[in-house]
Amino acid sequence: MNLRLYLLQRATAAIMAPLVLAHVAVIFYATGRGLSAAAILARTRGSIGWGLFYALFVAAASIHGAIGLRVVVSEWTPLRGPLLTILPWSFGLVLGALGMRAVTAVIAP
Amino acid sequence: MSMRSQLNAAGHRRDGLWIAFLLHRLSGVALACFLPLHFLALGLAINGEAKLDDFLRWTADPLVKLSESAVLFLLIAHMLGGMRLLAIESLPWRQRQKPIAAAALLAAALAAIAYMLLGA
Repeated sequence: MNLRLYLLQRATAAIMAPLVLAHVAVIFYATGRGLSAAAILARTRGSIGWGLFYALFVAAASIHGAIGLRVVVSEWTPLRGPLLTILPWSFGLVLGALGMRAVTAVIAP
Repeated sequence: MSMRSQLNAAGHRRDGLWIAFLLHRLSGVALACFLPLHFLALGLAINGEAKLDDFLRWTADPLVKLSESAVLFLLIAHMLGGMRLLAIESLPWRQRQKPIAAAALLAAALAAIAYMLLGA
């Protein structure tokens, strides 16, 4: 892993730590009140704050996941060369696209 | 490599901090597998509230609840493991790593159990 990827990995980790804590708190809060689509969407639909929160979460998780996957693949498989870059970043892009679609699904009014 | 030296080379794998490293790595891989499914599930809301409600009803199944608790454990363990890594790399912290790693593991397990009980 080069220095740029290393710093990006650590920066996204530092960004996500408080986001994960908040997300876990929301999981407990929402589950405690009974999970339903109506209850979830009533909180999120039209909320710019939750939209920004989850968009940042998805972006950081996608970058963090792609770099992490690259490290695991490079250490645990013989894969080298351009594929070692293309595969993890493709995963990150798909994850980011699915994540932003999910954010849109729960935020768009 | 002789059998003896092979055993010695693998000795670090019994170390608590090596297990913490392995848990951090495996939880990361597991979360990378889980996240696309999580996003697809939330994306059901794009086709209306009813689709998401159908899915949420399925998650009330005890086996699904147990799986969700496991994912929550992995998420918290990965986050705390990552914070440990950030602290080791950026602070002059070298002592009491094992008890802190064990406490992090316990915190993740307690949160997962609490989640399971909450949904029971």
